[in-house]
Amino acid sequence: MRLPFHIVKRPYMKTYQQVIVRLLAVLTAFAVTSILMIILKKNPGRVLMALLYEPVKNGYFLVQTIKLAVVLLIISLGIGLAFKMKFWNIGAEGQIILGGIGASYLGLFHNDWPIYILLPVMLVASFVTGGLYGLIPAYFKARYNTNETLFTLMLNYIALSILLFLQYGPWKGENAMRPEFDNFKKNALLPSLASSKPWSDLHIGWIISLLLVVIVYIYMNHTKSGYEISVVGESVNTARYAGMNVRWITMRTMMLSAGICGIAGFVQVSGNLKKLSVNVAGGLGFTAIIIAWLSKLNPVVMIVASFLFSVMSKGAGFLEYQNISPAASEMIQGIILFCVLGAEFFVNYKIVRTHREVAQK
Amino acid sequence: MQCRILSCIAFSILNICDKGDSVNNVLFELRGITKLFGNVVANKNIDFSVREGEIHALLGENGSGKTTLMNILSGIYTPDSGTIIINGEEVTIKSPEDAIKLGIGMIHQHFKLVDVFSAKENIIMGQAGSSRRNQKELTKELEELSNRFGLNINLDKKIYQMSVSEKQTVEIMKVLFRKSKILILDEPTAVLTPQEIDKLFEILRELRADGCAIVLITHKLNEVMEISDRVTILRKGESVATVETKKTNPKELTELMVGHSVDLSIDRPVVKDKTKDVLKVENLTIYDEEGVKVIDGMSFTVDGGEILGVAGVAGSGQKELCEAIAGLHPVADGTIEFKGRNIVGLNPNEIINLGVSMSFIPEDRLGMGLVANMDMVDNVILKDYRRQKGLLLSRKPARKMALKMVEDLDIVTQGVQYPIRLLSGGNVQKVLLGREINSSPQLLITAYPVRGLDINSSYVIYDMLNEQKKKGVAVLYIGEDLNVLLELCDRIMVICGGRIMGMVDPKDVTIEDLGLMMTGHTYSQILAERGTGQ
Repeated sequence: MRLPFHIVKRPYMKTYQQVIVRLLAVLTAFAVTSILMIILKKNPGRVLMALLYEPVKNGYFLVQTIKLAVVLLIISLGIGLAFKMKFWNIGAEGQIILGGIGASYLGLFHNDWPIYILLPVMLVASFVTGGLYGLIPAYFKARYNTNETLFTLMLNYIALSILLFLQYGPWKGENAMRPEFDNFKKNALLPSLASSKPWSDLHIGWIISLLLVVIVYIYMNHTKSGYEISVVGESVNTARYAGMNVRWITMRTMMLSAGICGIAGFVQVSGNLKKLSVNVAGGLGFTAIIIAWLSKLNPVVMIVASFLFSVMSKGAGFLEYQNISPAASEMIQGIILFCVLGAEFFVNYKIVRTHREVAQK
Repeated sequence: MQCRILSCIAFSILNICDKGDSVNNVLFELRGITKLFGNVVANKNIDFSVREGEIHALLGENGSGKTTLMNILSGIYTPDSGTIIINGEEVTIKSPEDAIKLGIGMIHQHFKLVDVFSAKENIIMGQAGSSRRNQKELTKELEELSNRFGLNINLDKKIYQMSVSEKQTVEIMKVLFRKSKILILDEPTAVLTPQEIDKLFEILRELRADGCAIVLITHKLNEVMEISDRVTILRKGESVATVETKKTNPKELTELMVGHSVDLSIDRPVVKDKTKDVLKVENLTIYDEEGVKVIDGMSFTVDGGEILGVAGVAGSGQKELCEAIAGLHPVADGTIEFKGRNIVGLNPNEIINLGVSMSFIPEDRLGMGLVANMDMVDNVILKDYRRQKGLLLSRKPARKMALKMVEDLDIVTQGVQYPIRLLSGGNVQKVLLGREINSSPQLLITAYPVRGLDINSSYVIYDMLNEQKKKGVAVLYIGEDLNVLLELCDRIMVICGGRIMGMVDPKDVTIEDLGLMMTGHTYSQILAERGTGQ
């Protein structure tokens, strides 16, 4: 059958064209959302306002949005490192939890240390515990070529169980009626640069995240180890032929990737939640996969993407004030994601009319 | 030179015009076929016709549009414009199924067979009703078919147990069983030994006598001269000429194909002061992952300033030998000495640092040694990035080197910052070999460096290897084309099943001798036979 149109792979698309395509995708998403809202007899303008404007409307809301974005950004950076090596680390959840546990051990039991010692040690502890947890699947992948996707996924559930064990057992809070972890004391909490509301609520996690952006960017693009990651990711055989130690590179990279996710756990417990909790990961590890992927593993783009995702997920909360059910608000998020991801198709391919006759040159 | 091309074209037009003496009918004809991929013109207004009982060679360099044209005929692509005429009727071929119904059978370069099925199952597969028919009758029919064309085949043998040549025979049977009158063979001889090629040609001659129209896609001139009746030459997507084989010669064909005159002989410079035994392999034994012995007690040496060629059927242990020397494959027994030092047990990186360089071009041509999605700079840096001090990586020296390589080796690229997957095969291989040579090795192992390359690019590669030889580098050249091995190498080592069948001087042997050794005859046996024959 001869269709009047067919699909052709694009050789190359200029950056500004890519931006236009993606903007069009977002507009399409808004249009579809509007239609849906009209069907639900809601005012589409107000819904979109709630979704996109409420989360940044004033300082109080903006701080909350930034705090979420910071954590998402750190996780995306971590995942991005592993993805660059085509190591499909979907175990960020588990690594965040372990990082959170590592930091909380010090936060709960060594909170008599001075803050300028305690916080750095907590950061290192979260990096190490998260990293070691990520080293498990990396070792088995390097040694026995196991499937890292399943392995990391399953480790998420184990991490959650460890957390629950601590919550109900050895680390059960003293004052709580229910099994819960204790709140951190002040010197185990990330401080803020500002002294007055609302900005005093914004802890210095954002500085950590931006520092990590710089570090990861330089690591990926301007160091030998970063170069090795890309080669292994593109072709293991080529890496072997060039004399690289693929096993070591796999383990080292995964340790770093998981370690950074562990730091996200530290920022969660020490900044956002102010205590260890079952919600320390709360699905962020999966959201960050989409962020990392949409940003094409570019650390700088991840800043923007994390912020937009944070706005969207905070905005979904505001939709409930508009009497929109959580189901409908998830649908809206789904529509937006679908359109944005769908736009990737048009970046890589184009649809052209099928030629009947080709003009002779 | 242009006059020369013009005269060639004029000559060929004359040839086309005096069709009169041919009694055979035209079986199929392509008229004005044009096919675009994006902005790339793969075929431009091509006319092509083949008669009954004719072997028609389709000759052209890589990317000249041979395979595209035949894929259009076999329904894999639809042309953007042009018509297809079979038996005098205009037809539209929208899918491979249509093509099969019209009696067109294509035998692809990579066989389309199910490994775990027997030959018979593969042949009847997809033929409506075949499985419900009386099996005995079916077997009888297949046997008759194979006897008629001299196809020597065991119908119950499983594909995975077959040699390449047997698999090809199954493919031919498959096409014949579907009663195809038009057979298209895409580079059928690329993986065969000389003896197997002879057998294939015997079959093709039988088929020709039976009235089939056979299209042979190739870029090997000696085959064109040997078997074809007519040749159509494509260049850059356009049909340059159709000539009768009898009335042409390899030189003219090459000129038509390349577009200018070329010297077809390969240089073999003589190097006076050779360094003895740069590489000395003794009693080497290697097992593969499954524990099968792939190299069995090999001993040989390579001197600095010589090219040692290795000939053998694919899978005779070439890959394992290369990998063992480069430290990528464990060695079970024996020693590999590089400049007097045993390098067995060193890691690949240490071996690279000693001055051993290996470039292996696998079938997909990119998988080992180069990273398709990276640009030229990042590919050039691959072997020596470790020599930089500190943690950081500077791309400046590599960029300089890449630019120099582009200039020295005539690499056609939009720029060194573009991913090398956008480069053509020849240019990709130049990048690879250029990088290896730039690391100034003392031992250069190169496997299939001209794999899939056209004539022009191949000669550039041969020149590069000869340059190295003159500099005193020991070159181990693992090749496919026996003609090239005979012309280029100083000595040839023929291997079969992981064993050395003979270490010969190319001046003393013929291509047939090499073929016999590749299939398991030792050189002394051949000499003995030759002795009795005379």
